[in-house]
Amino acid sequence: MIVYILCFILFLVGLYGLITRRNLIKIVISLSIMEFSVFLFLVIIGYIDAGVAPIVELSNQNVIYVDPLPQAMVLTAIVIGLATTAMLLAIAIRLYRKYKTFDIREINNLRG
Amino acid sequence: MELTLSILIGFMILGAIFAIHAKDLLSAVITTGIVGYSLVIAFLLLKAPDLAIVQIVIETITLIIMVAVVLDSTREELKVKPDFKSYSNIVLSIIFAAVLLFFFVQATAELNLFGDHTLRMAEAYVDQAAEKTGSINLVTGILFDFRGYDTLGEATILFAAALGVLTVLRIKGKK
Repeated sequence: MIVYILCFILFLVGLYGLITRRNLIKIVISLSIMEFSVFLFLVIIGYIDAGVAPIVELSNQNVIYVDPLPQAMVLTAIVIGLATTAMLLAIAIRLYRKYKTFDIREINNLRG
Repeated sequence: MELTLSILIGFMILGAIFAIHAKDLLSAVITTGIVGYSLVIAFLLLKAPDLAIVQIVIETITLIIMVAVVLDSTREELKVKPDFKSYSNIVLSIIFAAVLLFFFVQATAELNLFGDHTLRMAEAYVDQAAEKTGSINLVTGILFDFRGYDTLGEATILFAAALGVLTVLRIKGKK
């Protein structure tokens, strides 16, 4: 049970960074920390005590496998996380070239 | 098992707190690597080797991109004068986090204990995936056969993100 709570505390640390930091790179870092905690939470839910990795052993029928479904979904989510992080960083570097700063208080006129 | 995992997650929390408060952006980025690579070890402990392989590749790519961005711009963290607004932000976010934690604790009371999962949805997959898909690795079988459309959508998102990055970095903005 303590594992679930610790996992959520990791999420809350990311949320704290997202709310309080004013630097674009720190905001991207906080978002990826939140992502990591969600992946970890989903995989922890699918874990079974004394289970083995979900690779079928044809010789032995009586083994318990851990749940492969959350793992497959998290695999998709990890790759999508890379795509969103790359997109965020591209926008951050673009804003830096225009405004010469990562400070979100300076970047407040987003008119085209 | 639960103890090992708790220590590892505690380590990740410390790394995350340092990454958020670091004075130098390069050290903040590298400390994010602590969180990401600890996640790889956690996946290995939780018997998810496929995820560990994918995560180690993705984490390395993300770190390289982040270091390139930081070296291309500035390493200096902003100098923030502590004013009333920043303190009120911190207090508000901590209250918000405490409220969320309260509801999370209540919600996890409904979940199974750690390691006590029962296969509800995946039972059919585990029983028949080897014959139906011909893949001995269940995760691959689910990802590319039973849920192939998800993977197609994932590939679409990757393609759209690559196009977006190229577009954002190529256009010339108004001065």
